[in-house]
Amino acid sequence: MSSGGGTLHTISVLVEDKPGVLTRVAGLFAARGFNIDSLAVGATETAGLSRMTIVVNVDLKPLEQVTKQLNKLINVIKILEHDPGTAVERELMLVKVRAAGDDRARVLEIADVFRVNVVDVTHSTLTLEATGKPEKLEALLELVGGFGVVELSRTGRIALARGDRGIRERVLKAAGG
Amino acid sequence: MKIGGAEALLKALEHEGVEVVFGIPGGASMPIYDPLVDKSSIRHVLCRHEQGAGHAAEGYAWATGKVGVCMATSGPGATNLVTPLADAKMDSVPLVAITGQVPTPVVGNDAFQEADITGITMPITKHNFLVKDPADIVETVREAFHIASTGRPGPVLIDLPKDVLLAETTWRWPEHIGLPGYKPTTKGNNRQVVEAVKLILQAKRPVLYVGGGVIKADAYAELAQLVTTGRLPMVTTLMARGAFPDSHELNLGMPGMHGSYTAVTAMQKADLLVALGARFDDRVTGKLAAFAPDAAIVHVDIDPAEIGKNRTADVPIVGDCRDVIAKMVAELTTRQEAGGGVPDRSAWLAQLEEWQRLYPYRYDQQPGGPLKPQYCVERLHHFAGDDTIVVAGVGQHQMYASQYWRFEKPRHWINSGGLGTMGFAVPAALGAKVGQPDKRVVAIDGDGCFQMTAQELATSTTERIPFITAILNNGYLGMVRQWQELFFDERYSGVWLDPDVPDYVKLAEAYGAVGLRVDTPEEVDTVIEKAYAITDQSVVIDFRVDPAEMVFPMVPAGGSNDDIILGPDAIQRTADPAEGPIV
Repeated sequence: MSSGGGTLHTISVLVEDKPGVLTRVAGLFAARGFNIDSLAVGATETAGLSRMTIVVNVDLKPLEQVTKQLNKLINVIKILEHDPGTAVERELMLVKVRAAGDDRARVLEIADVFRVNVVDVTHSTLTLEATGKPEKLEALLELVGGFGVVELSRTGRIALARGDRGIRERVLKAAGG
Repeated sequence: MKIGGAEALLKALEHEGVEVVFGIPGGASMPIYDPLVDKSSIRHVLCRHEQGAGHAAEGYAWATGKVGVCMATSGPGATNLVTPLADAKMDSVPLVAITGQVPTPVVGNDAFQEADITGITMPITKHNFLVKDPADIVETVREAFHIASTGRPGPVLIDLPKDVLLAETTWRWPEHIGLPGYKPTTKGNNRQVVEAVKLILQAKRPVLYVGGGVIKADAYAELAQLVTTGRLPMVTTLMARGAFPDSHELNLGMPGMHGSYTAVTAMQKADLLVALGARFDDRVTGKLAAFAPDAAIVHVDIDPAEIGKNRTADVPIVGDCRDVIAKMVAELTTRQEAGGGVPDRSAWLAQLEEWQRLYPYRYDQQPGGPLKPQYCVERLHHFAGDDTIVVAGVGQHQMYASQYWRFEKPRHWINSGGLGTMGFAVPAALGAKVGQPDKRVVAIDGDGCFQMTAQELATSTTERIPFITAILNNGYLGMVRQWQELFFDERYSGVWLDPDVPDYVKLAEAYGAVGLRVDTPEEVDTVIEKAYAITDQSVVIDFRVDPAEMVFPMVPAGGSNDDIILGPDAIQRTADPAEGPIV
């Protein structure tokens, strides 16, 4: 799934909604040869600000350097690296599965167990819409994979830290001073 | 008040205190040149190549501490600025580059002379802007100058489409700068300062590792107080030459790959390094794992990303060098007064003094023998005085200049440190002379470097910006030749330039400068005195130096600083390039 021998890190980046910001952020990872596992961008509670959720597979020390470099970007307002277990992390996935004949009932059974929606039906396929923690989506994919996946699309992870504070009230984790 | 976009741009530059812009016009940037005729006080220095304009703006910024401004048109004009922008990024030079762009309706359509210059320069600028609304021009200029000159300085590019420059807008100077994501930390943390001072007082073998950040912060007075209050030996990196007088006994000189034996070895043996605006560059540390193995590290830098990047800091302090060093001086003074004065480090100081005596920079100039480049630099310095600004390109001549010139004042040494840009010296000297017209400017250059940007001698003549270029002409790309001699079994490849091509005296004369030649050591003094006496014209001196001369001391790339080599005899030549240096 991902390259490198590091560990997966989830980072939330609050940015000004301006042209080229995505390129600037992605460029910092690319310049160091880091592969971004997923990247999701969308609007926030504040007009003019967007939030990126980046999942990257990298060791802690290079990650700290990237985080510091990210923080130097003029359009970046705030960065939060989520500690595992302290954040709510979700992803949306659409998967089109081969489901003709006897397979149809089996796929529907799996969909039922995972509480995912069937959003499109043809004679030979079922399209499932699943949301949840990344592990849940992986488990679902593992099970339906045997029937044959025609097409797969994932949004990438989004995350919010648990607790009553927003990202702007938190200090930059990796700033070191 | 309604004015044109281009006029608003010039007016905004004037509000930022800009007096001079280095540039070349073109189709997309022509609207800026029309109000320059009669609506602006700004001087435009017409360079001969945009790279020259960029380096001239850098030289101006180095010499004055102000933001340098360069200007180019779209497409090739803008891409020619890429090298100076990358250079300014690496050396934290405050620079604003203004580029014309094709009109907004055709941006992205591969129009004539179109290049995505904001995309191209993203990784080599501190920030860049594409202005699509004439109403944003003034605010963008204000933000660009703020970003370029504060925090860790750096280059900012403003890309202006032609239709935006031609459109009308309302003049209004913004009171506030709206950059919510940009708040550099300038004040050092007091508790960290106390921790740093405690380490200084405990240290038996401390060394201050002074980098370019001290110059950027104009922290010379504070640094001098710190050195003298604590009786602390110190080194100045290539970027910091002149931050503290070379003549002071506690100044051990330049560290690094071609640094002085004492500076390199003092850092290796230190039990405490106090890095002030320095970044533990590979040219200073040598093999990082073997660098200063016993030293605790205090690291002061305005850029948090520098701290811990290469070497873990025991006491990290994010802040402006001037603020932090002043706080250190105050804390150190208080603690020394309460605790019986400066700690006794006489053994360490005696050791340093002995190394300085035993291992000074060395070369051998025989009367009547081949002319040595080091001798040329020494004599150029001898007749120059402390107020002369010295500019260098990149290579052997740059190292000789840093080693053999004696720097007594800050902002009198200008070179390309981080990027190592050949061809930097001539245009940077031009810019430095514009910034400091009352000072003599001497570019010490190599023959390889000189040929990359010599066309700016034309700018020098037509714009009446006289400076002296001393070419240490060995007919080779000398530093590459040195490495081929030492590490590639003397298999010279792609390095021979020919000292007679071009004829540098004739070339100088063709550009309207004075050309002089020195073939022997006996002629050196006379020619230098003659050159220094000419103040209304540029001068090029062609010093025909010994091509066999090499830069020493040397720490082979990738090697430990413990393995510093004092002269050619100590080099272990290798026939196998795989065993040679890495970079």
